[in-house]
Amino acid sequence: MRRGRDDRLAGGVAAGLAARTGLDVTVVRTVFVLAALAGGFGVAAYVVAWLLVPAAGRQRSIASKAMTDRPGIALAAGIGSLLAVVLLIASALGAGWLGSLAWPLMISAAGIVLIWRNAPADEQATMRRLAEPLLGLAEGNKRSRIAARMFIATLLMGVGLLILLSGPASRAVLRPLGGVALVMAAIVVVLGPWWLRIARDLVFERQARVRAEERADMAARVHDSVLQTLALIQRRASEPQQVIQLARAQERELRSWLFGGRAPGSMDERGLTLAAGVRLIQQEVEAQHGVAVEAVTVGDCDLDDDLGALLAAAREATVNAVKWSGAEVVSIFAEVEPAEVSVFVRDRGRGFDPAAVPGDRKGLAESVHARMARRGGSSAVRSVRGEGTEVSLTMPRAAGTRQPSRT
Amino acid sequence: MPAAGATGGGRPRVFFVDDHGLFRTGVRSELGDQVEVVGEADDVEPAIALIAECVPDVVLLDVHLPGGGGQAVVTAIKNTHPQVRFLALSASDAPEDVIATIRAGARGYVTKTISGPGLVDAVRRVAAGDAVFSPMLAGFVLDAFAALPPESADRPAFDPELDQLTPREREVLRLIARGYTYKEIARELYLSVKTVESHVSSVLRKLQLSTRHQLTRWATERRLN
Repeated sequence: MRRGRDDRLAGGVAAGLAARTGLDVTVVRTVFVLAALAGGFGVAAYVVAWLLVPAAGRQRSIASKAMTDRPGIALAAGIGSLLAVVLLIASALGAGWLGSLAWPLMISAAGIVLIWRNAPADEQATMRRLAEPLLGLAEGNKRSRIAARMFIATLLMGVGLLILLSGPASRAVLRPLGGVALVMAAIVVVLGPWWLRIARDLVFERQARVRAEERADMAARVHDSVLQTLALIQRRASEPQQVIQLARAQERELRSWLFGGRAPGSMDERGLTLAAGVRLIQQEVEAQHGVAVEAVTVGDCDLDDDLGALLAAAREATVNAVKWSGAEVVSIFAEVEPAEVSVFVRDRGRGFDPAAVPGDRKGLAESVHARMARRGGSSAVRSVRGEGTEVSLTMPRAAGTRQPSRT
Repeated sequence: MPAAGATGGGRPRVFFVDDHGLFRTGVRSELGDQVEVVGEADDVEPAIALIAECVPDVVLLDVHLPGGGGQAVVTAIKNTHPQVRFLALSASDAPEDVIATIRAGARGYVTKTISGPGLVDAVRRVAAGDAVFSPMLAGFVLDAFAALPPESADRPAFDPELDQLTPREREVLRLIARGYTYKEIARELYLSVKTVESHVSSVLRKLQLSTRHQLTRWATERRLN
């Protein structure tokens, strides 16, 4: 069994089950929702299946990857132990329903942590999209956040007081309560430092991830500009005039990036449209490399960050084709459709084997594939030795900027 | 590869209209002995006179000429010598001129950046009665037909046969725009090369016969942008 990829709402578990059993996917989903409402085990089962069943087209499940993620396991265990405390209190208070809810809750929470940390980029994008409304609630304006917190606190306080004040058994309740407090204190003394360390590790790790992302972004930009220019200079070593010109242009670009904040190869100038961006790529690449670039665009739209990334990837693909293929002409075809924008970069050069590209050649992996994946787009390379290469890039259009291709 | 020259298997007889002498010389040497260049002209008037005289298979026609657009030549010759076929050639990407020349009756359009063998191939194709679409022209056509609403109440003259592209035609045009040859398109779409050619010819027919005034207006607007 494999989890569905194209027809998934969350992890694609229901779609995978439906495909396996032949049931309608809506039926499977309804069963999961009902099981979730009745005691929460639907959620837990879903999360566990998400962890254990590999996605369609992949060999390994998320769980097999999570085995090596030690901070993730620690975090999951930490959350689990917190919930264990809740369980303890619940049993002490005789609130069995809370206890029965705690188990699936614990499993789901720990599972989701592991999935979040170990899922491939495309699944993380899905999760982020699902979580967005919730995050929006948490990150809403300050006043509404305080109001929400006050509301929850008042609710809890009210329920607590009600339990304490209700009935003549109030004094009898206090005794186990005191016991619970002592046990909790013991747990906190034992586990507290560990929880603290997990929390601190998490902060560190987040900072490290942000740094790594920044580094990857910077590496991609340096590759697109400085490394490309250096390669060009090596090729034209016999033409000093050209070398000087290239070096000067690169210096200007680097300076404006380091001190002016304008990233090299960036397309985010205000008012630039997609077709204009493609023309810019055409002109720049022709001027820098002296190879003809044929550009055809159908339709047009304004640029946003996603489409800017698409153009940056297209530019990189074009420069790659110009540099490596040996072809005299490189063609770019860009088409704006209502739901997505596609760009194809094609050459009739020598072609190559995408699987045999050395690891330190960042062009395709970082500047094209990763750049597209980070924005929710997709990219593919088709290359035949002796016949040429075609890079296809597709970026879905953001719902807010959707407009007819021509106005 | 297309069948060799249409007229009895010989080399196609080509007439060349372009106002740049240097460019004419360059293309002549590139075409080499693959075609027979039977004459040259540098403007509309002499071109009409000379073409009527030597009746070539194919006229290579620059869409910009000092004495008016290339479509004037097509219009004048079409009435007297319908067997002469035109292949438009242009350095500029101005869609209004290209579309106008095609609508006047040219069988295809290529940019001047085309390679020598590519041009020979295009000439042979036109001589054999096929249509020649460069990526640029394919893009124009996709854009022109996509830009227009397929049908609306205030245009009762709408003719679905002529005023819109079939999904297959659109697919073929897309691949042309991506730089695929007819042979590669045939392989990609599991069609025969003949079928691909007939799709392209059908698009050309629609482009020439569609009564949509918008086609021209679209081209002009795009020029203004």
